[in-house]
Amino acid sequence: MTVAIEQSVKPAVDNRARRELIASVLQSYGAAVALVVLLVVGAFSFPTFLTFSNLSNILTQSSFPLIVAVGMTFVILTGGIDLSVGSMFALGGVLAAYGSSWGIVGAVVLPLVVCGMIGLFQGLLVAYGKMAPFIVTLAGLLAVRGLVLAVTNGGSTTPLIKNPAFTAVGQDGIFGIHWTVIVALVGVILGTLALSRTRAGQSIFAVGGSESASIFMGLPVARVKLSVYIVSGLCAGVAGALNAGYSSSGVPIVGVGLELSAISAVVIGGTLLVGGRGSLVGTLAGVLLLSVIQNMINQVGSLNSSVQAVVSGVFLAIVVVIQTVLSRSQRL
Amino acid sequence: MTIEPPTTAPLPGSVEAPVLEARGVTKRFAGVTALRSVDFAVRPGESLALMGENGAGKSTLIKVLTGVYQPDEGELLLGGSIAKFARPLDAQRAGISTIYQEVNLIPLMSVAQNIFLGREPRNRFGLIDFTKMVADARGLLDVYGIDVDVRKPLRSLALGVQQMVALARSVSINARIVIMDEPTSSLEAREVETLFSVVSLLREQGIAIVYVSHRMDEIYRVAERIVILRDGAVVRVGQLSDIPRVELVSLMLGRSVEKVRRSGSTAFSATNASTAPPVLVAEDLSRRHQIDGVDMQIRPGEVVGLGGLLGSGRSETLKAIAGVMQLDRGRVTVDGKPVRSGSVPAAIRAGIVMLPEDRKAEGIVPNLSVRDNIVLAALPRLSHAGFSSRRNQDAVVEVFMKRLHIKASSPDQIVSELSGGNQQKVMIARWLAMRPKVLLLDEPTRGIDVGAKAEVQALIDELAREGLAIVLVSSEVEEVVEGSGRVIVLRDGSIETELQGADVDEEHLLAALAGVNE
Amino acid sequence: MTEQTMTVSLPTRGVGLGILQTYGVYLAIIVLLLYNFFFTPNFFNIGNFRTQFVQVVPALIVALGMALVIGTEGIDLSVGGVMALAAAVMPLYIGYGLIPVVMIAIVVGGLVGVINGSLVAFIGVQPIVATLSLMVTGRGIALLIAHEQLVSITDPTILAIGRGTVVGIPCSMIIAVVAVLLIAVLVNRTTFGKQLIAIGGSRRAAELSGLPVKRILLMVYILCAVLAAIAGIIGTARLGASVPSTLGNLIELSAITAVVVGGTPLTGGQVKVIGTIAGAALLQFISATLNQHNVPDAYSQIAQAIIILFAVYIQRGRLAVR
Repeated sequence: MTVAIEQSVKPAVDNRARRELIASVLQSYGAAVALVVLLVVGAFSFPTFLTFSNLSNILTQSSFPLIVAVGMTFVILTGGIDLSVGSMFALGGVLAAYGSSWGIVGAVVLPLVVCGMIGLFQGLLVAYGKMAPFIVTLAGLLAVRGLVLAVTNGGSTTPLIKNPAFTAVGQDGIFGIHWTVIVALVGVILGTLALSRTRAGQSIFAVGGSESASIFMGLPVARVKLSVYIVSGLCAGVAGALNAGYSSSGVPIVGVGLELSAISAVVIGGTLLVGGRGSLVGTLAGVLLLSVIQNMINQVGSLNSSVQAVVSGVFLAIVVVIQTVLSRSQRL
Repeated sequence: MTIEPPTTAPLPGSVEAPVLEARGVTKRFAGVTALRSVDFAVRPGESLALMGENGAGKSTLIKVLTGVYQPDEGELLLGGSIAKFARPLDAQRAGISTIYQEVNLIPLMSVAQNIFLGREPRNRFGLIDFTKMVADARGLLDVYGIDVDVRKPLRSLALGVQQMVALARSVSINARIVIMDEPTSSLEAREVETLFSVVSLLREQGIAIVYVSHRMDEIYRVAERIVILRDGAVVRVGQLSDIPRVELVSLMLGRSVEKVRRSGSTAFSATNASTAPPVLVAEDLSRRHQIDGVDMQIRPGEVVGLGGLLGSGRSETLKAIAGVMQLDRGRVTVDGKPVRSGSVPAAIRAGIVMLPEDRKAEGIVPNLSVRDNIVLAALPRLSHAGFSSRRNQDAVVEVFMKRLHIKASSPDQIVSELSGGNQQKVMIARWLAMRPKVLLLDEPTRGIDVGAKAEVQALIDELAREGLAIVLVSSEVEEVVEGSGRVIVLRDGSIETELQGADVDEEHLLAALAGVNE
Repeated sequence: MTEQTMTVSLPTRGVGLGILQTYGVYLAIIVLLLYNFFFTPNFFNIGNFRTQFVQVVPALIVALGMALVIGTEGIDLSVGGVMALAAAVMPLYIGYGLIPVVMIAIVVGGLVGVINGSLVAFIGVQPIVATLSLMVTGRGIALLIAHEQLVSITDPTILAIGRGTVVGIPCSMIIAVVAVLLIAVLVNRTTFGKQLIAIGGSRRAAELSGLPVKRILLMVYILCAVLAAIAGIIGTARLGASVPSTLGNLIELSAITAVVVGGTPLTGGQVKVIGTIAGAALLQFISATLNQHNVPDAYSQIAQAIIILFAVYIQRGRLAVR
């Protein structure tokens, strides 16, 4: 009886293995492939597309959301979500502007400390208060935006960056590449190293992969969860600060909807929204993909920022459906 | 599979002091005693079987041993000194690992990552040394003769191999005792062999094995000593070679072979055989790993027992008929009309209803009232144009609350506040309100008190007399024997035998359950 | 054995916490009203209350739909996007008169619900994830339709929805009362309502009882989106302009909070219509109180966020009771 069963099952297993392979390739490299295709299409469609200045511009525009998305990747890998990053981004910028009165150190430290603290608070509520991440960070979105308004006279003040060195970090670069791009790429590299080559990084994957198994194996689940919200807060703060340097001022109204494009980029980059699987390189591809699409829309001419929202939202929906269907077929 | 004598002779070391011991462990839950002064000891290098039917206290004992529960009375001794485990992690760190049927690893991570999670080898920069990790993992699995690519995600492996990985992980940490809770329930025959060879390897290393299983063949192969639990107490400890199968089964079920002919103690009356044409015909019901080619015909007015130990496929057979479980093969007809497989609404429309085994998770809707629970399935019929009619509902609810003697302060009482027996009656009422033709009962009297039990049993009788076709699954031998006109006995997913007429007695049933054919 | 015991030994929670969970919202309203009675000039007059009621209508209507979704153990983050979409399509059909404009807006909202519901019910996407993408896409499409412009609406029949009165009662209030009654009847008096609560209480038991679980889930998300669209229509009519960029911004947060504060647990299995009304009223009173004491918007946002976290934290204890 057993023999018969095994025989009938064998081809099914082979099929499944093939499906799994296709699924995992699609998930891990889908964004990169789409990016290459778009670059080729762009190169043939628009004469100015494949110029150094345009590509460098795409990179610069991508650098800020990329830093935010790096932090978001950490959170999503644990199966959580951080909706507060848009507000944190604005707060980081405003605080960097205020902090720049104490020099470049103030401009960096002030946003890092405050955004890190807020991340810590949210992390505590999620990890130890056992509250749903989306509701904690949704409230965070509201509160932090309120904080931004509170320190800028209801948004009417736009504090300027008073430290030329910090402005330089935001606006200058080396070999035509902005420092912000370099910061973002260093973030991706360090983050990748942390995720794949440290015990802490492995436990992030483990918690997202199966929280109960992680507890069973004795991993510090609550501490892992806490730390990713701190990382996300820090990343959003840094991105906001750099953006302030880039635009010479801390604009209180920036970053609205940033959480959604960050989430979209992360998910498009192959990170599972339920956690446990993904990569920062994928996130990099996801962010670049969205930026290239935005750039191409701008090339066509109808300058419309809401197209970006629609595109990333539709992408998000499609990727999520694919992920769900694939993971269901994998489970069977 | 044939019965073999224990392959390993008792090790010379088995007289040494126990590595893990439980003394007088008692555990109560809200007044119900789950474990009653249980003594339990396992020695290094020994393989000890732990057996018992549902509710015998097996899982509670395992949970006490692994730190999930703390005993109310009694103590645990680890290597001779008293041990207290506040949480599972403490027990793990003390060297007690558990292999569950559900693998407690991270499916998306690689085999090597899973084995070394939390203690990955690091190079001098503090970064994980993957080369070493992969090599170590390979070396570790090689010892057990498991040949897999350790870089592949765990999920891509067969379940049996995943279990081996879990085993390798826990043994490589520091296991002194490995508790295996039904490790083979989803394994292929070949994988079972691998598991057994791993078990003997572990024993050679002096690791104690506690082996929990319902499969008698396995127990006799893998274990040398056995502890049998029933109703929360130890009923027998001894060498397996001294306990024949039939005796083991009767010990587990609490029916001594000599006494089975005494008069019945259940509330069932004698059931008459029916001669009407069968209302339910099931043919060749099959699903991989679970059931294989089960046929049955049930006539109106007949109670058919479905015998079998846990894991024999008895619940799965009911689920297949009720449309809860998708079938690989086979068909079900009611009054000659085929019923779509794998659809609960289709089964209900055809007149097949099932009382699920897990009342709490699959039966009651805990936060709803008695009324809402009773009318849940019948709501559309009791409504006018989508509006639920209180009067129609009340009529039904009143009838059934009275008829089934459901004790609730009012129909509006929240169902989770009721006793188990009354919850069960609510469930039966829900299905009777559907005016079914076939009633499938999975452990209808489990976990309910004696009085309610008798009431439910009498009710089953009465419903059969009124012409309902009933299939009864129960781990209680006397319930099956006295409640049913005939008994279909399942073993390892297929029909072992069918007892009819005078053969429907405990003696025959026990023999059939144990797999001993006359 | 364990199965039996678990039904008996529900975790005992503090009586105080239990009362707070069930009646906290009413208590908070009373405290707030008392405070305003003594310390806020011009709070207790008909005009002010009327303003408060009119202001709370969109959030209340959205919260009603949200309560249904949460009752099934789901969540809908796309309600703000739906409001924006409804607002955006209204000016396109303004020439056809009141009924077509309203119908189109509702149909568009319903379509979003169909997408959400299909993703959740048939494909099995987690509700948060399924509705998240429409949270962003909905508003994005709305802005595209409107070319990111604010379009003022002058059709008096449409404006009447937001500003008009019938025998002295604001139209929007009448709509809200009708919506409340309909949802209350739906939840308490219809097969559909009972079934959706049963699904939230135990999806497995509902499936095994032969309930059309997927169809009901789909319907619930459609209903929620339709209610959000109605809220969008009212909001637009009150503003006298279609403002897809800001209409319904963060309303998902207030709606979820109103539902949870009102005693509907996020784990589903219950829908408290009265509680949801009270929850929406409480949020409105809080923002009004802060407003009338000239607390800047910024601080009032922070205060609301803290109150939301606090309320959800208290209700979180309900997770255990199931």
